[in-house]
Amino acid sequence: MNRRPAWLAAIGWNLALVAACAVTLYPVLWVLKMALTPSQAFDLSPSPFPTTFSLSNFSDLVTSTDMAGHWLFGHWLFNSVVIAGATTLLSLALATTAAYAFSRFVFPGRKIGMTLFLVTQMFPGVVMAIPLYLLLDAMNLLDSMTGLTLVYATTAIPFCVWMMKGYFDTIPKDLEEAAVMDGAGRWTMFFRIILPLARPAIVVTALFSFMTAWNEFILAATFLSDETAFTLPVALQRYVGDYSTEWGHFAAGAILVSTPVMALFFALQRHLIGGLTAGGVKG
Amino acid sequence: MSRRMTIALVMFALLGVPLAGQADVPGAAPLRLWHSYRGAERDALEKVVADFGRSHPEWPVELLAVPYEAFANKLTSAIPRGNGPDVFIAAHERLGDWFESGLIAHLPGEDPVWQAFFPSTVSAVTWKGSPRGFPLAFKSLALFVRDDLLEGPVPADTDALLATCRAMGARRPGTFCAAWEAGSFYHHAPWVFGFGGKILDDDGTPRLDRPENAASIAFVRDMTNDGLIPQEPTAALVTQLFNEGRVAMVINGPWFLGELAPGVRYSVHPLPRVSATGLAATPFLTVDAAMVSARSTQPEAAIALARFLAVEGATARLADARQVVALSSAFDAPDTVVDPTVLQFRDAAAAAIPMPNAPVMRAVWEPASQALRAALRGAVEPEAALKSADQRIKIATRPRPPAANPLPALVGLVVIGIAALIWAARRFRRDDTWSKMRASSHAYVFLAPAAIATAVLVFVPFAVGTGVAFFSHYQGEFTYVGLSNFINILGSTDYAVTDPLSFWFTLAVTVMWTVVNVFLHVSIGLALALALRRPWMKLRGVYRVLLIVPWAVPNYITALIWKGMFHKQFGAVNGLLSWMGLEPVSWFSHFWTSFAANVATNTWLGFPFMMVVTLGALQSIPAELEEAAEIDGATAIQRFFSITLPLLKPALLPAVILGGVWTFNMFNIIFLVSGGEPDGATEILITEAYRWAFSRQEQYGYAAAYATLIFLFLLAWSLAAGRLQRRTT
Repeated sequence: MNRRPAWLAAIGWNLALVAACAVTLYPVLWVLKMALTPSQAFDLSPSPFPTTFSLSNFSDLVTSTDMAGHWLFGHWLFNSVVIAGATTLLSLALATTAAYAFSRFVFPGRKIGMTLFLVTQMFPGVVMAIPLYLLLDAMNLLDSMTGLTLVYATTAIPFCVWMMKGYFDTIPKDLEEAAVMDGAGRWTMFFRIILPLARPAIVVTALFSFMTAWNEFILAATFLSDETAFTLPVALQRYVGDYSTEWGHFAAGAILVSTPVMALFFALQRHLIGGLTAGGVKG
Repeated sequence: MSRRMTIALVMFALLGVPLAGQADVPGAAPLRLWHSYRGAERDALEKVVADFGRSHPEWPVELLAVPYEAFANKLTSAIPRGNGPDVFIAAHERLGDWFESGLIAHLPGEDPVWQAFFPSTVSAVTWKGSPRGFPLAFKSLALFVRDDLLEGPVPADTDALLATCRAMGARRPGTFCAAWEAGSFYHHAPWVFGFGGKILDDDGTPRLDRPENAASIAFVRDMTNDGLIPQEPTAALVTQLFNEGRVAMVINGPWFLGELAPGVRYSVHPLPRVSATGLAATPFLTVDAAMVSARSTQPEAAIALARFLAVEGATARLADARQVVALSSAFDAPDTVVDPTVLQFRDAAAAAIPMPNAPVMRAVWEPASQALRAALRGAVEPEAALKSADQRIKIATRPRPPAANPLPALVGLVVIGIAALIWAARRFRRDDTWSKMRASSHAYVFLAPAAIATAVLVFVPFAVGTGVAFFSHYQGEFTYVGLSNFINILGSTDYAVTDPLSFWFTLAVTVMWTVVNVFLHVSIGLALALALRRPWMKLRGVYRVLLIVPWAVPNYITALIWKGMFHKQFGAVNGLLSWMGLEPVSWFSHFWTSFAANVATNTWLGFPFMMVVTLGALQSIPAELEEAAEIDGATAIQRFFSITLPLLKPALLPAVILGGVWTFNMFNIIFLVSGGEPDGATEILITEAYRWAFSRQEQYGYAAAYATLIFLFLLAWSLAAGRLQRRTT
């Protein structure tokens, strides 16, 4: 069968995607414009294209120091990267194993376990913040990266478990049966067969857990009480005041916060493609 | 694999390291000072603290700038647990509440220092007869005038204001003579006082429905209808118009200085008198105060620090940060050069009325602003709007339900618990569960880490949080009230069922909100993912990254940009409509258009996630299947519905179910875009719960009951969906 479509269809699809990108990017252009304009006012002008070009908002943010002379931006970036990275690793480690159990084993409590994971997503945050504070305080994890990482990871795990379980279910069982014939153990099967095949789902869940930790600020601001321990979004949110907001700084920060996410996605996206047909099954 | 393990180990090692500066050196605990100052104010504060360190080397100080949005919450969580600051700087509005909740320490009342501050600032920080904080600086609204645009003298009264406006409006179309955030009750309050109106009765009870208050609203409404001031004026719009030279006068506070474009020539004046009454339009006065925590371990040092910030620090704050300081003598210090703007602000605030620091005031803002906006857009007469605001304030401040005896509930709980245990044990034995569990012990090994972590950090806090739903909260104290919160909500005893603020109305809106959003997220995400999968699509890597931008950028700012795009007079959406020859729409004046604005914003934010999930899920479909179907002559639509969609389902369904749950609780968009307009009709359950917790007298118990009901509703829905899923697969 001819896989190459008519050039008309190709142009049509590309035009549609360009239109989608335009709608997607239009509001973001204002963020860029506000970031590049030295003024701190919110921009409502009809044109989203910057008329001035100044990096002062970025440099204010990047060069900020505290009274003791600590380079705050460096601390914030480091904290954010460590916390989001650790959250991703931890939730992936816990979620893939749990999802594997749900997908491949039959055991008492399986159904209710799945439901319980889903149920956690229905707890509205309003009721959780203060009890979480008390709990972390009692565990002596209040002012630490470990505490925040644990909270973020447990927030992300339920989705990751459901997502991974759904994907594992689509991986044919014959592969594992063949491996059992060859004498492979459960962990070998998990690491050598299932995980490599589930790469697309791992990418999605990794991105999701990363984002869960990367953009959160309310809990981080409530739990952390040391300026050098803050994460980037907490620092960013400080530009929002009671009466007014420093929009130029906020926009510059928003750009700085979102760039690593885009870079991460760009790096990971090739794993979204490929998966079953291109790799595992044939190999 | 071993490399992976090493990375993980290193990560955990890093996490275990205590944070820098956290190590406790006994005997040398620094004084902790929390604030939310930024920019010049922050620099000046740091300088003052350094000065304090020089004169009191025995008391080192540690500063922490907390985001304003988390400030109050952090204080109320941290201080009772002994983790809080020794001194904190906050607006005086919540002082009464904090003092009653036991967060603020007693200050020495006999101190002669109180004579040194402007009397109105001392009365602002006074609660129950004594000052409870040291006043640092004060803010109030004033009239900003663009000297290059105003024709004639600065209007001294409203007649002069109207005359100037009419003259200017005729000469310069597209411009306005004045602008202020007319839909915010804080910005409207000067007119209330100017027309001789009041907000609180002499005994402190809020009552808005007074003829003077109605007259003040009618005055602003008529100015809007005559085109003298802009419609739907947001803070951002006011700034923009002033900077672009399209408005000559603006009513705003000192924070506005930071938003002015360079080169704008302006001066600051007191607000005009109201000609009808001869009274001055008098703004509210807000005082930044240094308060001492009741749990400070070094109260003597903490009081010394707070006092130092207010007194010795006044000169530096005045000179460096242009704060309008509360210490009156600071303005007379011989070698201080005072910015003329600061003096203008000081004079404009001379008659300002201290914002009431009684907790009841915080229940007034939201209904009062709703009424104001409803009357300004002409949906209802001012009198009727104020009457319904009074009704809402009354509900928000209604007496707490009576305390109930917890014994019956405890007994009931124990009985139910025992019954459940017996039932479970019997089933356990009957089904021989134990041996089944032993046989599948390997499954539990895989499952245990995730299960334990979630149980501790999600289920425990939730159980505690839900427990609060059976209590009533007032000023730091919780009283057990049994089921009355639930009875109240479900029985709609406060509002008629058809009232936009009733639980059932809000539930209906929330369900509709969820269904519409999930449908749009999934269909757009799916369509884009399918388009991006085409192997001949050359630029798909680029498209993919560009299309996830809405997910990556913090939605706090993008949501507000969308709100700006839906502005009636200046938004891009109406700009597009009028370019196409259509009438501009007042988006936030009607339920459906307001709802649509929320949905548009949330769709924009939410489709990238569904697209990414679908891209991943699509990989589980062998391309051979589709190719085979194509060879068999199936059309694209047939292929999609009979092959792609059924095969996508197992991997996509979790995302759809969870996406629904998240949308149900999507707080930010509703709060930032429509803010519940019109009249609270577009609120969803989670934003209502938030308002009960934070803007209606901190009724945490009531909010927790809302949250519990949200949970129960979602649980019921997911059980139904699960049944559906099992039937279809």
